[in-house]
Amino acid sequence: MGHGAPMVRGSDVTVRYRGRTVLDIPNITLPARRTYALLGPSGAGKSTLLRVLGLLERPSAGCVFFDGVEMRAGDLAARRRTSAVFQKPYLLRGTVADNVGYGLKLRGIHRKRRHEDVSWALERVGLAGWEDHSALTLSGGEAQRIALARALAVHPELLLLDEPLSYMDPLLRWRLTLEFADILKSEQVTALYVTHDQDEAAVVADVVGIMRDGRLVAEGDSEETLGLPADEWVASFVGMEPAMRGRVVASAGGVVQVDCGGTAIEAAADVAVGADVSLAVRPEDVALRRSGGDEGAHGAENRIVVTVAELHPKGALVNVVCEAPGVRFGASLSRAAVRDLGLAEGSSAVALFRAGAVRVREVGAG
Amino acid sequence: MIFWTSFLAAIRLLVSGSPEVWPVIWLSLQVSGIATLIATVIGVPLGYLLGVSRFGGRAALMLLVNTAMGFPPIVVGLIVYIAISRSGPVGYLNLLYTPTAMVIAQVIIGAPLVIGVTTASVAGVSRDIRLQVRALGASRMQETMAVLAESRTGVMAAVIAGFGGVISEVGAVMLVGGNIEGRTRVMTTSIWFWTQYGDFGRALAWAIILIGIALVVNAVLTISQNASVVYET
Repeated sequence: MGHGAPMVRGSDVTVRYRGRTVLDIPNITLPARRTYALLGPSGAGKSTLLRVLGLLERPSAGCVFFDGVEMRAGDLAARRRTSAVFQKPYLLRGTVADNVGYGLKLRGIHRKRRHEDVSWALERVGLAGWEDHSALTLSGGEAQRIALARALAVHPELLLLDEPLSYMDPLLRWRLTLEFADILKSEQVTALYVTHDQDEAAVVADVVGIMRDGRLVAEGDSEETLGLPADEWVASFVGMEPAMRGRVVASAGGVVQVDCGGTAIEAAADVAVGADVSLAVRPEDVALRRSGGDEGAHGAENRIVVTVAELHPKGALVNVVCEAPGVRFGASLSRAAVRDLGLAEGSSAVALFRAGAVRVREVGAG
Repeated sequence: MIFWTSFLAAIRLLVSGSPEVWPVIWLSLQVSGIATLIATVIGVPLGYLLGVSRFGGRAALMLLVNTAMGFPPIVVGLIVYIAISRSGPVGYLNLLYTPTAMVIAQVIIGAPLVIGVTTASVAGVSRDIRLQVRALGASRMQETMAVLAESRTGVMAAVIAGFGGVISEVGAVMLVGGNIEGRTRVMTTSIWFWTQYGDFGRALAWAIILIGIALVVNAVLTISQNASVVYET
């Protein structure tokens, strides 16, 4: 290996196909030894950006740097510092060992060392001893684990994963998400993980970037990016209401009170009094109680009387959009809970959420 | 009835060891085999490049190849004949009425077939497979070999198509070879000859031998075709 997991940076990266700009990224940085999840709808340019940063495709303009050194797509030695897992595993006919060792064989690694690396990689993905299995008889989950082992076996410095779990059924997908997240954290590689599923991104990533129409529209720590939408579109994409606005009117002990124009919200944040802020709370962090009923012991710093503005069913859950003077946010409840509380458009309820669940960002801050 | 007697005549010809039979078969296989080999060496790399590349003149080149695939063999024979005849630009090579001239004509007939079928086969290989191979560290040559391995079935089909196209043609080899007994007579020109002579039984016998030889050679080529080496879950 020799170099160590690098910090990867793309600068002024542009890709044009037939006169149409499909990617326009002034700057993107993948922190060393961290997982960066690239989130966005289909056609946002996520896979194109992955290919450019992974030196698999030459951009129309712009550069890619590994630890400050420019890398080019045609540079085989540079490309061999990376490896990838795609949506489909594309296994070769032969044994599991043949497949996992494929990248090593391409690099001319001799047989004995290949055997050691293959065994290590298989153990890493929980398939120790599977060397002699036929690659043609694997289940979908096993095949994708073999694909990950194949990518890990070459000890990459940059690992690219392009929607590796999108073809799995929900149960298997969730199990593999947790396994992949664990492997990525323990391997300490720089990883770029492309997905359209924010739950997957939240589990695997340290940093999340959200793309739309070839541009990066939000980026940052995964909790903040997914918990405090940068704009209305991002809010809609991550399933939240747009961020609320207010002004910090008090601050004590790491908790600020924000006046949102008629409603006060407490948030665990370190912002000066008088600062204008945007703030949001994830629907999963909001509990609703019957207005005037027994709220039970909740320990939530925020207790707001709200009016139900809208109800949006989402599978087994319902997103209840709540409004109070100056604020609007969602609460995620089960259908049974909605029925028990008698919630309907126009009905009243009490919203409860902790100060620690509220994300705050100073408006105008970088 | 004539078909049955001709079939028996074909068997008799083969087992007789007659000097008019096996040398003709051997020359046919030599000429068409060498032509197919040369067409493959030229055609597979060109077909690969056309299959994977995207450039401005690609559509025009594809049109050329597809047109050439359907070019009448006798027209090819005519053009080669003119070129190598005494008054032609390369007449000084004295190639007219030689097996070499027949090979040249058959290469021109077979190469477009190999190119065209290889192009279609390679173009059918998912770009994602190439991307995966490249992402695992393949050099350009390694990627090429992986794509050809993935399209092995189609490439073998290209070779089979090339061989089939040349072993069965008669117009070109007749023109440039002259169907000289003991020198340039092959199976197809033998059929023509015996038909002109009025001996339909013998002509049919040669036809059966030709089909049988083609069957055996294609069986060998087909057996070496494997299923796709890459599978997707």
